[in-house]
Amino acid sequence: MKNNNSAKTQSEKKRSLSGILLSSPYLVWSVIFIVAPLFFVVYYAFTDRNGNFTFDNISKLGDYTGIFIHSIWIGLISTVICLVIAYPMAYIMARSGARRQKTLMMLVMLPMWMNLLIRTYSWMTLLQDTGIINNLISAIGLPRIHMIDTSFAVVVGMVYNFFPYMILPIYSVMSKIDNNLVEAAQDLGCNKLNVFRKVLFPLSLPGVVSGITMVFVPSVSTFYIAGKLGGPSNLLIGDVVETQFKASNNYNLGSAISLVLMVLILICMAVMNKFADDDTNMIV
Amino acid sequence: MSNVLLQLKNVSVRFDDDQILKSINLDICDKEFVTLLGPSGCGKTTTLRIIGGFVEPDSGEVLFDGKNLLDVPSHKRAVNTIFQKYALFPHLNVYENVAFGLRVKKTPEDVVKKTVKEMLSMVNLKGFERRNISTLSGGQQQRVAIARALAVNPRVLLLDEPLGALDLKLRKDMQVELKNIQKRMGITFIYVTHDQEEALSMSDTVVVMNQGVIQQVGSPEDIYNEPVNAFVADFIGESNILDGVMLEDYKASFSGHVFDCLDKGFDKNEAVDIVVRPEDVDVVEPEKGMLCGTVSSVTFKGVHFEIIVDINGFKWMIQTTDYSPVGANIGLYIEPDAIHVMKKSEYSGAYGDYSSFSDEIDKLSELNDGES
Amino acid sequence: MKTTSRVYTALIMIFLYAPIAVLIFFSFNSSKSNAVFESFSLRWYKELFNDTQILQALKNTLIIAGLSALISTVLGTAAAVGIDMYRKKWQKSVVLTVTNFPMMNPDIVTGVSMMLLFVFASKLLNINGILGFWTILIAHITFNLPYVILSVLPKLRQTDPHLAEAAMDLGCTPVKAFFKVVLPAIRPGIVTGMIMAFTLSLDDFIISNFTTETFQTLPLQIYSMTKKHVTPSINALSTLIFATILLLLILSNVTQSRAESKLNKEIREGKKQKRGNN
Repeated sequence: MKNNNSAKTQSEKKRSLSGILLSSPYLVWSVIFIVAPLFFVVYYAFTDRNGNFTFDNISKLGDYTGIFIHSIWIGLISTVICLVIAYPMAYIMARSGARRQKTLMMLVMLPMWMNLLIRTYSWMTLLQDTGIINNLISAIGLPRIHMIDTSFAVVVGMVYNFFPYMILPIYSVMSKIDNNLVEAAQDLGCNKLNVFRKVLFPLSLPGVVSGITMVFVPSVSTFYIAGKLGGPSNLLIGDVVETQFKASNNYNLGSAISLVLMVLILICMAVMNKFADDDTNMIV
Repeated sequence: MSNVLLQLKNVSVRFDDDQILKSINLDICDKEFVTLLGPSGCGKTTTLRIIGGFVEPDSGEVLFDGKNLLDVPSHKRAVNTIFQKYALFPHLNVYENVAFGLRVKKTPEDVVKKTVKEMLSMVNLKGFERRNISTLSGGQQQRVAIARALAVNPRVLLLDEPLGALDLKLRKDMQVELKNIQKRMGITFIYVTHDQEEALSMSDTVVVMNQGVIQQVGSPEDIYNEPVNAFVADFIGESNILDGVMLEDYKASFSGHVFDCLDKGFDKNEAVDIVVRPEDVDVVEPEKGMLCGTVSSVTFKGVHFEIIVDINGFKWMIQTTDYSPVGANIGLYIEPDAIHVMKKSEYSGAYGDYSSFSDEIDKLSELNDGES
Repeated sequence: MKTTSRVYTALIMIFLYAPIAVLIFFSFNSSKSNAVFESFSLRWYKELFNDTQILQALKNTLIIAGLSALISTVLGTAAAVGIDMYRKKWQKSVVLTVTNFPMMNPDIVTGVSMMLLFVFASKLLNINGILGFWTILIAHITFNLPYVILSVLPKLRQTDPHLAEAAMDLGCTPVKAFFKVVLPAIRPGIVTGMIMAFTLSLDDFIISNFTTETFQTLPLQIYSMTKKHVTPSINALSTLIFATILLLLILSNVTQSRAESKLNKEIREGKKQKRGNN
């Protein structure tokens, strides 16, 4: 009986062991190329050029507070606009017939397969002072509007690039909502507005949350879009990091900024996930 | 039915803290149809998986033809399994599923062709060769699984609740068909089910299990007529289980009356459990009855009426073709051979009368429980 | 209601496709302008095809995408199968957290952190200019792996655990059972993961930007082209990319719906046969 106690059945143990064996190449890989690099970021953030420990990089971050706030502001605005535009679209998609759903899905996906650089470039040409939009405006006799190199252009670029990421999760959650639930709600006396308010919207929240993270993270952290559309006065945190690493070669300061960026975003995501949990709990 | 093919000796298994099997001993004969019967979680499926080679026992021996089976990996055992949800290979068509085992053994193509054809015609699936698995009905998938397992010519076929997913009518048909196949192939079937009716109608031998322990092994008739304890009596068929006292050989006292019976060999005045099957009770005029009581409910069941009679606070179930209205005073008459006397066991008192109908609840909980 | 949603859909589609349409339109412009159409010409396409740098970058992109997709698929599938076999909950959650991390972490931080690792390695190994083919390949494999693992794992969970047992029961060794039965069952997940890995790799420019210097991919090439001025060859290139994607999507949709209708037909015939039998 004694050896019985130790065994979680031998076949189970063997299985578990071969599982670890099979995944070991990946485990090694992820330790070297996912975990270790993060330690380098931390290391560089707290050392100077000669490798001595210092808080200089962190204290220098004060100079970048404005850019941080501007980045988060732009990210928030872009995310909200994406949500406002994408939610009705996702709703329309989820409520249409199977064939139509498929086509709409494809149409929404297709531009995402184009490179972000190209998509941004196309807006750059559109928004220029002598671009098509301004040509059209002046053709109907109105004065040209200066759009390129403004925050407005940056937000347009962000929204254009990332709003499909908002549609997809909301749509996929909505399309899985059982139609019987809608009918049950109507049966229990809900009108169309109430069906939406009391059933569809709460149930679609998980999709909204993942959509928000999928849009917010890249719009806060990406570079290029702001640089191309917003001009030098609208640089975002991603552009600063890029400059530190690619142009100024100040890896230490760049690492410090990256570290703060990473921590900020992880905190945001944690808060979002907490929200999502609470919300779903409330519904249940 | 004399030559023992498969022997389990003192087999024990535990998962984490659960003792799934407690030192099981079981002999299974060649060409026998054996059913492991019990409620979910009783260890019947684990026993089957040990024989199939998917669970290693923590202690004990399994002998096949007198040789140790535990050292043989599952793919080299002359034992094949019909899995609960068939486990047909979804990427292969019917023909390739049946041919799978033969292909693995590098059987020549003409033999494969012949065997698959034979097997498919045996399970009445001629003409289904090229069909995709996902286009088959449950019953058809079941047949493919049988053909696939039998194609490799096993000595023993293990069946894990194979009819569980089928509807009632199909189930009955498949029961007959499985029994026929077993006879025709002349191999051993070890069949796991929680359906007692299925077990009784198909098996040569029934093994009743509960909580990792074998309760009783015997022919269906033995199990039904001479249950060894209250658990078996309650699990197989309907029964009225009463506390009684064995006054002397052939004399039992229960429900305030002394009955003649056919049992002997108990101590004088030994406390015992008494089982009386509902269909063995005759309804007579009150003055002619050994026991007297008031009808508290009547249910029409088609072939018979099910009557609940209150006698001294104990609710008897009686199955009879004669109608008695609720409130009627009736007498019960019980022949000596209808009385089964059992030694007291750990299950004594666990199964009472029919005051609360527990059947439906039992069935519901069975549906909810996953099989282990 | 219906018209409202139609109009809304139309507006969204205009927003999505107008910029692309403009690019395509002006790729045939004879002048350099992206605003005034002069006359039809294939000048920018000719220029594109004579640009050896772009062609080389295209080749490099395909090599990196192909290799990284292949390697991450093999590694990731093995990992997913292994993770699925873990019996201890904490092991699973640790590994899955590490796996999820690169998907949540901003790309730029992933890129920067890997660059630091490579720079450290170059100092350690005393190699100058380490940032090139190998480093970008490693980086792409790394960010592809989570997508492969997370598309294979659910398939493994959906697969009947008895399938492998059934194969062993019929005479397969455990390894053979995996290749003959489990692998085909999870193939859709593997293929999805591989396609995702391939397209992510094709498209990536943020992480690539930090992990290679000598080895140029197409997105990096586009990046440096758009850094300077407006170059209409980009219009031509975009048009070609768009046409390719469109073609591939239509092709895959056609084959998909064909396979579906074939299966539906079989099911219908099956029902007929069943009725006949009864």
